[in-house]
Amino acid sequence: MADANVTSPRAGSLPAPGPAVTKAGSGDVARAMRRRGDQSRFWWLIPAFYIAFLILPIYWLVNMSFKTNQEILGTLSLWPRDPTIHNYMVIFTDPSWYKGYINSIIYVVLNTVISIAVALPAAYAFSRYRFLGDKHLFFWLLTNRMAPPAVFALPFFQLYSAFGLIDTHIAVALAHCLFNVPLAVWILEGFMSGVPKEIDETAYIDGYSFPRFFTKIFMPLIASGIGVAAFFCFMFSWVELLIARTLTTTNAKPISAIMTRTVSASGLDWGVLAAAGVLTIIPGALVIWFVRNYIARGFALGRV
Amino acid sequence: MLELRNVTKTVAGADHIRDVSLTLEHGSLNVLLGPTLSGKTSLMRLMAGLDAPTSGSIWFDGRDVTGVPVQKRNVAMVYQQFINYPAMTVYENIASPLRVAGADAARTDREVKRAAELLRLIPYLDRMPLSLSGGQQQRTALARAISKNAGLVLLDEPLANLDYKLREELRAELPKIFAETGAIFVYATTEPQEALLLGGNTATLSEGRVTQFGPTIEVFRRPKDLVTARTFADPPLNTVILRKQGDSFQLDGGALPVPAGMKAIPEGTYAIGFQPHHLRATRPNADAIVLPAKVLVTEITGSESFVHVQFADVRWVMLASGIHSYQPEEMIEVFIDPRHLMVFDHEGRAVQPAPKAAA
Repeated sequence: MADANVTSPRAGSLPAPGPAVTKAGSGDVARAMRRRGDQSRFWWLIPAFYIAFLILPIYWLVNMSFKTNQEILGTLSLWPRDPTIHNYMVIFTDPSWYKGYINSIIYVVLNTVISIAVALPAAYAFSRYRFLGDKHLFFWLLTNRMAPPAVFALPFFQLYSAFGLIDTHIAVALAHCLFNVPLAVWILEGFMSGVPKEIDETAYIDGYSFPRFFTKIFMPLIASGIGVAAFFCFMFSWVELLIARTLTTTNAKPISAIMTRTVSASGLDWGVLAAAGVLTIIPGALVIWFVRNYIARGFALGRV
Repeated sequence: MLELRNVTKTVAGADHIRDVSLTLEHGSLNVLLGPTLSGKTSLMRLMAGLDAPTSGSIWFDGRDVTGVPVQKRNVAMVYQQFINYPAMTVYENIASPLRVAGADAARTDREVKRAAELLRLIPYLDRMPLSLSGGQQQRTALARAISKNAGLVLLDEPLANLDYKLREELRAELPKIFAETGAIFVYATTEPQEALLLGGNTATLSEGRVTQFGPTIEVFRRPKDLVTARTFADPPLNTVILRKQGDSFQLDGGALPVPAGMKAIPEGTYAIGFQPHHLRATRPNADAIVLPAKVLVTEITGSESFVHVQFADVRWVMLASGIHSYQPEEMIEVFIDPRHLMVFDHEGRAVQPAPKAAA
């Protein structure tokens, strides 16, 4: 790398360049670079603060979930003095608690399946065909996300009551489609447009029928997109509280709604509540693990 | 036999293909030659059945296949971009048309091996297409087209994205590979040279029309009109518009003698065209026409020189072999053999020389 001493200003000040000098020069440059690194001895400070800031509430939640109520209310301790899994046992044995998780998971999975099943053909149409008003329709889809869910709570309640769907899992799953289908369509359309149209045509020329092409050739190509779209549907449905609570009473009540009902005869059950919080984070963390490599593209709605 | 009868394709009010009639025979190599946007790909898509013509009909072996979906036709197509199924191995890619057709395992394996052998893909059969080089990816696409044993093979500028070496190699092999299958072989290219190297028949396209169709050499040597001549010239055809008066063609600031076979054509306005390599820096023979020209720019490629010259008020390119270092503004003498002059009337139709002068 004889060029190194030409481009670096440090080595440029060296006397008479020759083969031996060049070698010394590049060593010098390396040393200078290391010295620059030494100067910022506290490079780790800001990242450490930032991470601590993010982790602290989560740590505190986990911390509390292993404490007894007396310890939570009595002293400020950085870790449980007397660790207990009692709080978790309460959740796993009391149906009014664990049913909440089952309800949430049922309607979230239902919603994810419906959203993806509906969004796949829609996104394919938007990505491959031009039709009257396609661009307006595509944009209009996204405007559904621009209103707060509270706006829809009332009409949904009225409508679902009329059809006798109140307090069913499918009611919440369908209601969440209002937000998730447009999002899934946008994400999937982005991933699909990244696949050249010629692949479709080559498949037709090879003799594939449309359904066979779609399942055998096309879906494997956008598998990561489907994963990301499913993740976003899962996430929005999992954290959404207002509509889920409005449309359910007992049989399909989601965990987040149960968590807001925390006052028992003996007062506020802090420990159990913390344990419920920890258990609510876990499914999201698990799902995000599977799509971690594609999540950035998902936030860009598949358009990279 | 593939027959296009008065095929027109209109998209959003614009004619992509205008009244094209072509007949392509089995076992023939047909080149579609034309600049970008001349309609080569549109025409191929119509032949394949990916698009339906706006009017006209397409016949295959005496059967009207207009509007028959592409799945039901026996065609194979290779694109300029390297199109494979990224989620499948090279083996599965090549096997894919056979699998869809429901061929048994033994036959599939035999056909895949044969195609892979022809395109030297045997070592890569277990790899994924995207892990291969561009040339190997395109060979995979070609192998898939071969394994299908289609009656009509469409290659849309298949070599345009490959590097020079590979391109030459594949260009020499492709006609041989497909000739054995007896299929109708259609090859689109923008390069006149490629058409000449492939041989066979050539259809020149310009703005969605087929301007001429015939044996490649024939089309190149004796274009029917000025548009065809322009399409089939690289570097661009040298042209000049002038008036025939007696035995000479006149223009402001110069004159050319009328070639021997054309003395009898009526007086009037004509366009003369000739290939850049027919303009010479040295006298080729005694009959050559000598013209004074002013050098504008000289580009040297190594073994050849492109000399841009001005004669009267028209600009020409001289493709001269060897290295010529003319100074700009220098006046030189350039030579044309009159036999190489192509004369077109005011409507652009070629004026045929009298038979005895035909070369």
